[in-house]
Amino acid sequence: MDAPVEKDMMTRSSEIPMRVINSAKASEVVNTIKRIKRSYRQIRTENVFKKTLVIIGLVMVILVFGILLTLVVESLPSIKALGLKYLWGKTWDPVQDVYGAFPFLLGTLLTSFLALIISIPFSFAVAVFLGEYYPKGWLSDFLKNTVELIAAVPSVIYGFWGLAVLVPIVRSFESKIGVEPVGVGIFSSSLILAVMIIPYAASLGRSMIQMVPSQLKEGAYSLGATRWEVIRSVIFPYTKSGLFAGVLLSLGRALGETMAVTMVIGNTSIIPKSIFAPGNTMASVIANQFTEADKPIYVSALIELGLVLFLVTVIINVIGKKIISRFTNE
Amino acid sequence: MKRNFFKSQHLLLASALLVAFSFASCSGGSGSGGGTDSTSSSSSSDALIGAGSTFDNPLFSKMFSEYNKINGLKVNYQSVGSGAGISQLTNKTVDFGASDAPMNGKQDSALAAPALHIPVTAGAVVLSYNLPEIKDTLLITPSVLADIFLGKITKWDDPKIAAINKGVKLPPTGIVIAHRSDGSGTTNIFTTYLSKVSEEWSSKVGKGSAVNWPVGLGGKGNEGVAGSVKQTPGAIGYIELAYAIQNNMAFAKIQNKSGNFITPSIASVTAAANITIPADSKISLTNTDAPDGYPISGFSWVLIYKEQKYNDRSADRATKLLKLISWVIHDGQQFSSALNYAPLSPNVVSVGDAILKSATFDGKPILQ
Repeated sequence: MDAPVEKDMMTRSSEIPMRVINSAKASEVVNTIKRIKRSYRQIRTENVFKKTLVIIGLVMVILVFGILLTLVVESLPSIKALGLKYLWGKTWDPVQDVYGAFPFLLGTLLTSFLALIISIPFSFAVAVFLGEYYPKGWLSDFLKNTVELIAAVPSVIYGFWGLAVLVPIVRSFESKIGVEPVGVGIFSSSLILAVMIIPYAASLGRSMIQMVPSQLKEGAYSLGATRWEVIRSVIFPYTKSGLFAGVLLSLGRALGETMAVTMVIGNTSIIPKSIFAPGNTMASVIANQFTEADKPIYVSALIELGLVLFLVTVIINVIGKKIISRFTNE
Repeated sequence: MKRNFFKSQHLLLASALLVAFSFASCSGGSGSGGGTDSTSSSSSSDALIGAGSTFDNPLFSKMFSEYNKINGLKVNYQSVGSGAGISQLTNKTVDFGASDAPMNGKQDSALAAPALHIPVTAGAVVLSYNLPEIKDTLLITPSVLADIFLGKITKWDDPKIAAINKGVKLPPTGIVIAHRSDGSGTTNIFTTYLSKVSEEWSSKVGKGSAVNWPVGLGGKGNEGVAGSVKQTPGAIGYIELAYAIQNNMAFAKIQNKSGNFITPSIASVTAAANITIPADSKISLTNTDAPDGYPISGFSWVLIYKEQKYNDRSADRATKLLKLISWVIHDGQQFSSALNYAPLSPNVVSVGDAILKSATFDGKPILQ
């Protein structure tokens, strides 16, 4: 530390008690000054840190609204040309410039909710097993990491596996139950999606179940409750908002999944007649057709599809949040 | 120490502002994709930049690496799809575009200046099927093909198919149609062909890189369609000739305009182009008059601006580009066959030469 800075600090720190300067030795004075300088620095660090957090938070907000704005602006030509008919139009014909998103909206919702229904028993079972039965030990670590690995595998690999392994199995199943044996379709995509979204609900559910206070559980056990009764009457009621949040997270993932679904859904714009029929989702239509969309209105209609997907996600999230807050207020 | 803190704070503020501004400018530049200001950076580097057709990509990689060995010129080709290639040319972010379909009226009018189409190679679309019981090559007529893809013929033992394939025992399997789910030049060639041979297809479905298919399953890319065909008994789908040859897939002989059943091959595709080519080369090779030509063929074009002086391009760069394309349609053609692309026939090359000579820099012709 050189002298000029110290002098500067001396004059600025006029609030230092006089008795410190008068009675103490020179070295102590220096120490005190150092301490004061450090606390100034700490305050400044605090401020900078706080400001950084605010800025980063703001950037996130700007990003989301920026994306929404871009989607709206870019889809204006299509909104003007097609109006609300876009939402329930059943034909998607780029040659005639007729765009109706209904088959894809239906496909997205069907695959996502079907996948959710299939995945919930598995994700809750994993959550209970890891959270309550075996919270520690190599087996639980192994299972936990394996489940988390499911989320880490790139979706194109699921698509490939689905096409090579799952689709033939589904096809032979379909020919047994007597529907048209094409293999690909809503059902195959829902199965793939179900596998992909299990870890989201399972991980959140596991940590929620581990956080249930042991007094509550022990109290129930001491009253003679069995393990199943503890899970049903203590753990589930205590963690239901957390479990639901995990389900919501899974649903969000299922709604937007593109690559794996594209590979196994059959990609047809005909409205599916059953869950075994081929269909299409909004995300996969965008991924498939965007690169070769050769007319402005076509591009705009595809972007509007993105806007609809965005809004569907927002609506489902808002409803989900409402349900969670009602659970927690009870 | 405190200086540093202030600095980092400013830096953060600045970067946050930057993000905000770039966002505002992005959403402001609607419609055209707003990539106009990246031109100066691209044209200042040495390498030529092209973008477009994924179909051309394997051939271009080979050709451009050979050209680099001879002339030391680097060509950076982005295989982003024909439509995206055209829009990048429209935004003047590339030196050339590449497309499997000639530009349509709307794309033409979006251009600031007229563009030239130079045919560089030809490809074909083949009909691959999965009928393990049948050893002979299936014969298909245009009307039967259209009826199959319209969903009017639904069984393989339909009398219409049996009438063409006499002596072949056709199974009573249902027909499963596989088509491309992504927009593609392959689809464009195939639907253009069906529109030409079938009145009903033309009015009901039409032609384009993505159409509203009356029946069938969509697969992503050639591999997606090929996968559906291989897995599903009774399936039929259209795929690129090169892909079908490389993967040893069974494909049908198609009856051409002269009434001959033609096996798709490099030779029969080149033969299909052996017709009178118009001066602007914008012609579809589907259903041509060539007696031994395969009817579902098509050119792939390189697209450049006719007037090469735009933005801050140098005469040197324009000359390099023209020389490269000239090499591609002459010496470069020797690399086609090995990669299962059909080489250009001499009449096409001479049309291409004439088109290249019409390119100008500041009003003066570039190639003599």
